[in-house]
Amino acid sequence: MSDSIIVVENLGKRYTIRHQHERQRYVALRDVLASKLASPLRRFRRGVQPPTPSTEDFWALKDVSFDVKQGEVVGIIGRNGAGKSTLLKILSRITEPTKGRVTLRGRVASLLEVGTGFHPELTGRENILLNGAILGMARAEINRKFDEIVEFAEVEKFLDTPVKRYSSGMYVRLAFAVAAHLEPEILIVDEVLAVGDAQFQKKCLARMSEVAEGGRTVLFVSHNMNAVENLCTKALSLDKGQVQEHGVDVRGIVTRYLGGNNHEESTASVWVNTNNSLNHPVMQPLYFAVENSEGLPLTAPASNNERLFVVIRGDVRQIDPALNMGFALFNQDSEQLLWSLTTDGPEECWPKLERGLVEVRCPLPPRFLNEGSYRMELQCTVHCRDWFVRPEHNSPSIHFEIRGGLSDSPYWIFARPGVLAPEWKWERTR
Amino acid sequence: MTAMSPAGYELIIEPGRGESNYWRDLWRYRELMYFLAWRDIVVRYKQTAIGVAWALIRPALTMLVFVAFRRLAGIEPSQVPEPILVFAAVIPWQFFSSALTESSGSLVGNANLISKVYFPRLIIPSAAVATAFVDFLITLGFLAALMLGYGVAPGWQILILPLFVLLAFGLSLGLGLFLAALNVEYRDFRYIVPFIVQFGLFVSPIAFTTANIPERWRTLYALNPMVGIIDGFRWSILGGYPPLEPQALGLSVAVTVSLLLLGVRYFRRMERSFADVI
Repeated sequence: MSDSIIVVENLGKRYTIRHQHERQRYVALRDVLASKLASPLRRFRRGVQPPTPSTEDFWALKDVSFDVKQGEVVGIIGRNGAGKSTLLKILSRITEPTKGRVTLRGRVASLLEVGTGFHPELTGRENILLNGAILGMARAEINRKFDEIVEFAEVEKFLDTPVKRYSSGMYVRLAFAVAAHLEPEILIVDEVLAVGDAQFQKKCLARMSEVAEGGRTVLFVSHNMNAVENLCTKALSLDKGQVQEHGVDVRGIVTRYLGGNNHEESTASVWVNTNNSLNHPVMQPLYFAVENSEGLPLTAPASNNERLFVVIRGDVRQIDPALNMGFALFNQDSEQLLWSLTTDGPEECWPKLERGLVEVRCPLPPRFLNEGSYRMELQCTVHCRDWFVRPEHNSPSIHFEIRGGLSDSPYWIFARPGVLAPEWKWERTR
Repeated sequence: MTAMSPAGYELIIEPGRGESNYWRDLWRYRELMYFLAWRDIVVRYKQTAIGVAWALIRPALTMLVFVAFRRLAGIEPSQVPEPILVFAAVIPWQFFSSALTESSGSLVGNANLISKVYFPRLIIPSAAVATAFVDFLITLGFLAALMLGYGVAPGWQILILPLFVLLAFGLSLGLGLFLAALNVEYRDFRYIVPFIVQFGLFVSPIAFTTANIPERWRTLYALNPMVGIIDGFRWSILGGYPPLEPQALGLSVAVTVSLLLLGVRYFRRMERSFADVI
């Protein structure tokens, strides 16, 4: 334990939730005085009855213990409200714990939010000085690193412009640049990488690895599982204020976290016709799912390089050459991305349908869609005559999610913008 | 932060443990106080046409109004030029009132810093008082010019002025800390502070001197700690006129010192929950 730079023992943080004043962030003196005056009266009237509780204790962190060794990059993951931010706030001494103890064997600098203390009226130059001081740099240190910071942020030309006239990209670059040049033994990073363009993100990542390679310790909180998998040597998974998992198997922890995450939100990747619906004289669909290569409907977000199949089962009642099946694919914003039908190829390649139970399947190409959540709706038609299962009308929908596995390239770590994220091959032609 | 070997550095965070590192941290973050004060000064006069002149216009106009008031009310002119008599009192009052206004709102105004970064919170209201102090120095310069214009020379008493300045500083800080901490939890103080400032302007010896107050009300009147401070300012600037009243001065010192101690203590006690409440 002696080489641990951070030791956290049984850490707990309790917040008291006020039920009466939920909408008010601060109390008015009037209410305090009123309740103080009223309470002896109330006690007198009620006798020994306890007053109805208007407050409730909420443990944002409970019995959290872990330790971090020097030079480790620890990814802290968990859903919103899992206690990540509270943990960081305690480690960076913004708020005090209610229980437990933390031992820090190094100075801590936190980037809980880049640009903290930036003042819109001040110029870039002035903000570098101010922000440096806020983050705990000495003036001599800021002056020494000033040029480096400016160069990193790529804002040379705008140094004497008030930052309120900066583009949001410039603003973030400058803010991160100041913070990135801190030299603490422990750096706490929270979600800063969510902003900035791809090139700048790469720069930030490089800077973070540099910091880690310099023997410094980084605590990294992010919802970006790709970044966590690629950057961190260790992961800490939090759920409801408690440590779920903690260890060096980053990929495993991330996968289990994502898996567990999905159980609570019912976005099933399978539909089964349980109530005899969509009963049509030509065909009745019975089963519609996105399955993995083992033939099981997805229960967790799939990695983008996984082989997935869309599977449709139905009871064919009449042989009709015009009968086809397929799906329509929608993204998170309900934009229709594509259709795929059994009759898309040349006629000789169509699956032969026979009377009785039929199953058709279609492989989804790996590394084609981007990270995200998708909705798939079944469609069945007797071509040009009867569209009896019609997307956005009467068709059952299933959901699936793609997370991670975007590429094996070291330069493609984050989800890119765009609907699709195909990995296409480049070759030299000359 | 100074370079420190990580081997020798150990910090333990436990409930209620902030105390032991506090004063050391306050010293280590002293530059932050300088930067915050500097920020407030720079920002205040950005995009203003006449800039720092605003620091002079308000006290100068206050002085003119009170000089006119003294004439209209038929208060007997003193032995020193009226503008100087009044301005010597306006200066500490202006410092006190703007320091109090700014420090009491400073924590809430810097909520984003408090909920994001650690540093001893005492720095924020202190920086606000320091900002007001810069304006104070400017008005002091204006007073010197005014005295030069009227040909009024201070006596040896001017050497004692720094002590009264210190007293004014302590009073502003003490009360400012109290109100700043209270304001975090009870925003009512947003409305109370302007009232204190407005009311104080009339019960402090600015338009009048302590000599205008009937003898039997003097003790009650001197409970206002600004009485001793303003009298002290006049006494040291105007060469011992009007003479100092030891009782008022003593009360002033006592109230200031106890407010400062209580203010720091209350602030320290409330400080640990600022980030959760603000």
